[in-house]
Order: sequence, then structure tokens, then C-alpha cells
Amino acid sequence: MGIEEDKKLIIETLKAKTTKTKFYLRDFNKIFPEKKPREVSKLVNEMVTDGILEYWSSGSTTMIGLKGAGVQHEAEDSKE
Amino acid sequence: MTKRKTPMLDELENGKWPSFVSDIKQEAKAREKTNVDLQIPKEVCDDLLDLLELSFTDREGHWKHGGVAGVFGYGGGVIGRYCDQPEQFPAAKDFHTLRVNQPSSYFYKTEYLRKLCELWERRGSGLTNMHGSTGDIILLGTTTPQLEEIFWELTHNLKQDLGGSGSVLRSPNCCIGKARCEFACYDTQQACRAITMEYQDELHRPAFPYKFKIKFDGCPNGCVASIARADMSVIGTWRDDIRIDQEAVQAYVGGEFKPDAGAFAGRDWGPFDIEKEVTDLCPTHCMTWNGKKLGINNRECNRCMHCINTMPRALRIGKDTGASILFGAKAPILEGAQLSTLTIPFMKMEEPFDELKALIEKVWDWWSEEGRNRERLGELMQRMGFPKFLEVCEVKPDPRMIKEPRSNPYIFWKEADVPGGWEREIKEFRKRHQK
Repeated sequence: MGIEEDKKLIIETLKAKTTKTKFYLRDFNKIFPEKKPREVSKLVNEMVTDGILEYWSSGSTTMIGLKGAGVQHEAEDSKE
Repeated sequence: MTKRKTPMLDELENGKWPSFVSDIKQEAKAREKTNVDLQIPKEVCDDLLDLLELSFTDREGHWKHGGVAGVFGYGGGVIGRYCDQPEQFPAAKDFHTLRVNQPSSYFYKTEYLRKLCELWERRGSGLTNMHGSTGDIILLGTTTPQLEEIFWELTHNLKQDLGGSGSVLRSPNCCIGKARCEFACYDTQQACRAITMEYQDELHRPAFPYKFKIKFDGCPNGCVASIARADMSVIGTWRDDIRIDQEAVQAYVGGEFKPDAGAFAGRDWGPFDIEKEVTDLCPTHCMTWNGKKLGINNRECNRCMHCINTMPRALRIGKDTGASILFGAKAPILEGAQLSTLTIPFMKMEEPFDELKALIEKVWDWWSEEGRNRERLGELMQRMGFPKFLEVCEVKPDPRMIKEPRSNPYIFWKEADVPGGWEREIKEFRKRHQK
């Protein structure tokens, strides 16, 4: 599978989840069981740089979601 | 001046210790009459105090949990803080924290500190935390539009990078090392810098199940307490013998030199008693004193450092120095705090630190693959077992890794480790062992 297809698969998988908007990196590893975690994290980081995904941080833990998704983020944005 | 009264916060100023409330009030007052071209609201410290007072009154916090604040290309270094009462406290509605990677051992020029303070006064709240427990310079409170501006100024004008936050390698930290300390068994600053530079990607872009901390102590005195605070503790040690200057020992005994380099001199402890204060306190009883000569059975020394600390002019660390490497401290969720476990008894610590880097990468690959969400390395080691961890590190079990090797030498053997495996010639066995 090529990189573009991998990215598409990530977007589709995240969109299909209706109950969650933020995911641990480990959830992305599960999408690609044959890939090494290091490769998956590089792919995720590339998608963050592209503006498709975004990091969410509590300070101690980092989670990843589709850019703009999630109630809290929208609430924060609307106050800007 | 705060807009409202803050009686509960004021109470915190009454104790005999310095109060963070007084500090914030001081900054609030300074911001009132400053000539600095402030880029975030002047009243930020006032609103912060009022917000805190409200939290005390309501008995609940008014910060939202986490956020998406950050600078382009980095996943760590900025911790989003948003207030859930933005109308009441508009000046503190977003109050993000920045972690700035500290220079090794916290060496600063006053010129640098002035520039840093000037930047934070102008583009932030003026409130800092020097230093956070990871070691970083913590800049407390700024708005979202200021983040990129601050990052640009930090990197271009101050030549200073952000540190780690979230699920990343946190800013590596080290003791003062060879810069000022004769006990340092390796150059902690050199090691800290080398690892920081090598793992920039891991520091800035979250790729781990949870946080990972590396701390470098130059000797077993552990001035950065790496054994308690780091997932990977690198602690200086030596392989040969403690160097003894018998004449200097006599000088301590005769009262010519002050023990502990003159520390604890606030009261009269009486004449120095080498037996009571040094040899009898040796935890492994490996020291002897016959009234003329001090002897050390170095094979039994467990590097407690007490004798060297007490008589630094007479006793010195060995010459063949390096570090012990321990893993897995601090796992507060599962079992409470734990110290790290000795894994590599001795490693030479010399540039380019290839052996150290190879070890780090083996551990990270395993942890990334096997670690659960929010599981620290120490918890994974407990869950999977220490023999598995040794397998990952490609090292063999060693009595030095076991707390009480003589009373608890519990090792599960694998078939591959036993000559001939589990299969054996039963007739041959029965010749030597009856049924």
C-alpha cells in the first residue's frame, strides 16, 4: 500500500469512529499491524504537518485527532 | 491590584515560607506601571489571582483539561491551558504554558536571563517556574497568537529550543558534573547534550505510549535524583578501587581537615571519630581502621558515597570510570512510586555514546510495540517481567541486578540457556540419581 492510500485509510478509520474524536498513537498502530510503530508515528506526524490531523495534549499525554474534530476544540476556537 | 478581594489566597501569604501568591501580586503590580509594550492583556496576573480565588471558593478547578495549542512542526513544548470562565476573566482566558529546554546544568549568563525575562514580560504573563521537575524553564501563561512569535524569538534571538511535553522524550537533564564537581565519573553535560541533539525528533514529535525521561547523574550521590525520577537513569560509577590518601586520612583524624568539607558546622559535634562517623556507617561493612591505616574491600563496596563525602580530601573515586544504567523509575499509576532497576552494571561513557544510543533504541522499540496507552516503561517492565526486559536489552542476568542475590536468586531458565536442553539420557541420569 502506498503512503497516500495509508493516509486515506487513517482518515476513513477516524471518521468511522462516532464515539471518539481523540486517539492514542497506539490506535493508529492497530490500523497497520504489519508496520513498525516508528513508521506509523512518522506517517501521523506527516499528516499533522499537512494539517489533516492535530495533536491534543493534556500536558502529560498526547492524543491525535482529525483537525477541527471534537467539542472542546470547537469551543476553544470560537472564543478566539 | 486585584479587582476583587482574595481573602483565601491572602491566607497563603501568612506562613513563613515564600508565597507564590505574593509573587503573582508583585508581578501584577509591576505590570500596572510598566513601559514595556505588552502583547497580552495587562491584567493577566489580576485575572489569574481572581480565577484562583474562585476555584478555592467553588472548591473546583476552572481550567479545561488540556488543549490543542502548539507551534508549527512541534507536538510538544506547549501545554494548552484554557479557562472555563472566559467572560469573567478575559485576560486569563487562554493561559498556555511553554516548556523551554534548559541549558545543561542550568548555566546561564545574566545577560541571557535578562533577555528571557524581557521576552516573557512582553509576550507572556511574566510568571516563570525556574525550573520544572523535568528540568525545563517553564514560562507560565500566554495567549494563542503569541505562541509562534515567542517560538521565533526564542529560537532566533536566544538560540533556545522548546523542551518536551506530552508523550515524548522529555528534555534530558543532568547534574552539574565535571563543570564543578570532583565526584563526576563522566561528563554529564556532554552526554546530556549528545542525547538531546540525537533525539530531536523524539523530543518534539509525540511517538511514545507516554512520557519518557532520561536523567544523568555524575556519581551515586545523585544530585538530579535520576534513580527516582527518570525512566532511564544514567548514574556515574567506577570499576577499580577508591583511591586512598592515607596521610589525608590522618589529617582528618587529627582534626586538621574538617569532615564533610566543613558542612554541618553549625554546632559542636566534638572531635571527628572516624570509626563512628565513617567505618561503622559503611552499609556493606567493607571498611577497616586500625588506628593508623584505612582499608577498603572494594569488591564489597556498593557506592553509597558516604566515606568519600565525609573525607573528600582523603578518598577519591576510582580512575576507571563510566556509568551504571537503570530503567523504570516512577510508575505512579499502577503500584505507586518505584526506583529504577539496575540493568547495565557498567558502561563506558564516551563520545559519540553509540553503545548508549543503541541501548536506548532497543528499549524504545520494545516499549512502543508492547506498551499500553499511558503505561510508563517501569510498569511495562513489571507487567512483562525483568527477564523479558533483559532479553530486549540483549544482556544476560547478573547477580548485581538482584537486590539480595544470596537470598533471592530466582531465575527462570529457558531451554536454550541450559546445555543439552530439557531432554536428557535417563539411563545416564539414573546411574547418578536413584528413583
